[in-house]
Amino acid sequence: MSDVLDSYPQWLDGAWVTVRLTLLGGALALVLALLFGMAGTSRHAWVRVLNRVYVEFFRGNATLVLLYWFFYALPLLGLRFTTLSAAVLALGLNVGAYGAEVVRGSINAVPKAQYEATVALNFTPFQRMRRVLLPQAFALMLPPFGNLLIELMKGTAIVSLVGLVDLTRVSKNIQGSTGQTVAAFSVVLVLYFIIAQVLQLFVRYAERRVDRMLGRRLPSEPSLETVAAGAPGTGVTG
Amino acid sequence: MPPSDTDEAGPGGVGDRPPSEIPGAPKAPAPGDGGSGSAPNVVTEKGVATQKGEVPGGEQAAELPRGTAPGIRFEKVVKRFGSNVVLRELDFTVAPGERVTLIGPSGSGKTTILRLLMTLEKLDGGLIWIGDETLWHRERGGKRVPADQKHLHEMRKQVGMVFQQFNLFPNMNVLHNLTEGPVRVLGLSKDEAVERARGLLDMVGLTDKENAHPTQLSGGQQQRVAIARALAMQPKVLLLDEVTSALDPELVVGVQDLLRDIARQSDLTLLCVTHEMGFAKDISNRVLMFDQGQIVEEGPPDQIFGEPSEQRTRDFLQAVLAS
Repeated sequence: MSDVLDSYPQWLDGAWVTVRLTLLGGALALVLALLFGMAGTSRHAWVRVLNRVYVEFFRGNATLVLLYWFFYALPLLGLRFTTLSAAVLALGLNVGAYGAEVVRGSINAVPKAQYEATVALNFTPFQRMRRVLLPQAFALMLPPFGNLLIELMKGTAIVSLVGLVDLTRVSKNIQGSTGQTVAAFSVVLVLYFIIAQVLQLFVRYAERRVDRMLGRRLPSEPSLETVAAGAPGTGVTG
Repeated sequence: MPPSDTDEAGPGGVGDRPPSEIPGAPKAPAPGDGGSGSAPNVVTEKGVATQKGEVPGGEQAAELPRGTAPGIRFEKVVKRFGSNVVLRELDFTVAPGERVTLIGPSGSGKTTILRLLMTLEKLDGGLIWIGDETLWHRERGGKRVPADQKHLHEMRKQVGMVFQQFNLFPNMNVLHNLTEGPVRVLGLSKDEAVERARGLLDMVGLTDKENAHPTQLSGGQQQRVAIARALAMQPKVLLLDEVTSALDPELVVGVQDLLRDIARQSDLTLLCVTHEMGFAKDISNRVLMFDQGQIVEEGPPDQIFGEPSEQRTRDFLQAVLAS
């Protein structure tokens, strides 16, 4: 066990690669999800088609295949990416497709009466979305976004197959060099779990902020400790 | 509070104009185009500017629109939902500044009329005039073509609506609900919008609630905020869609009193759908009784509620009063 733990600089480097992939891929996925999700609610048919094409194509492909494609196929066509950007692209595009469906569904789930109020106040379509529909839809998006973010974090493990030294790769390396299979894979198990819990903490925190904006909670600032302690009222109340 | 000498209708005494005896009787293209009706930035003889953006310094008198309310005319209006024809070539006219209540059984098309005017439903046939312009059509090369978003945006400036379920924005506090439209849509400065909002909150008696969240208010308070929000946009036509139906009985009177004051102190053109016959009597100059998308009977409230001439009206009133 001590051999495995002594290699902590390697573990840290691997964890950093995993975290970086998660954050960059998540950021890309978020932007794509919002963009294509809103496109899916457009009243113009051709804009909705953009949403369908994106969602169906990138949701319908294995992330690993996308990764191979960005990493091995595109360079042959003259487009070269670093390993990291190829991985971020593959993960972001794939998870963004799921996210787009979340965004589209959430916007459609905002009560129609809210939309009608924005028409009665003569908002432009952009203002309706920006000022009223999106902020309220955001509350509905957050829990599934939390799921997707953790999915994405776990999905980063595939980058070890194109040579990036992430947590999974590090665990394989250390298992190989120390021969301590149980210890090496136990440590990586715990590390993934810890990263997932930290991500979940931030999502919960965001949920509480949004709940407060929508008047579902008393106006007291939620702190990270109370969220971590799983204080009641973390989810949707009333 | 706004001046009290405003009980008479707007300039030119248009409020006294007799309602058209027969719906759809041949008339000028639009009511009110013979007078001050449609000119922008009209200043009434009392010198109160009523157009957008001009809030004379802190005087609450200017909050209620005066002097420029347009009339409304429905011309062979058709509205279908699927195969269900809700309005079948409906004709009627509302004079500038007139206050009209629509009554009738559920499904008779009353609310659809308001929703057509607010552009929440699409028109299937006929014409709707607001002032001397058509709501759902615009002129292009001498022809009348379906309105685009730009035209609808222009036309909606004149119309405001209060909903049965209030429809306040839960992601904003009370003050923000009132300032969002004036700032984003009318282009008022933040300070002007806040000043206007505070004046209106004062009028509806909720000065102390400006930082409250809509969910922290009672139904009656929410509806007052919704009324203030609609007025903050300074519409000239106000549509009230069963505004007290969702309220607890003891809150109804307060909201009705408020609307009665607003109706008397402004010269908004008012269209009101309600099941509260006492309120209808108080607030309107004229009552239209609807059934199956047609006007069964119309007249001053005293006549409709006192001695209705149609059996259908008598049946309906009896049923409502019995409930």
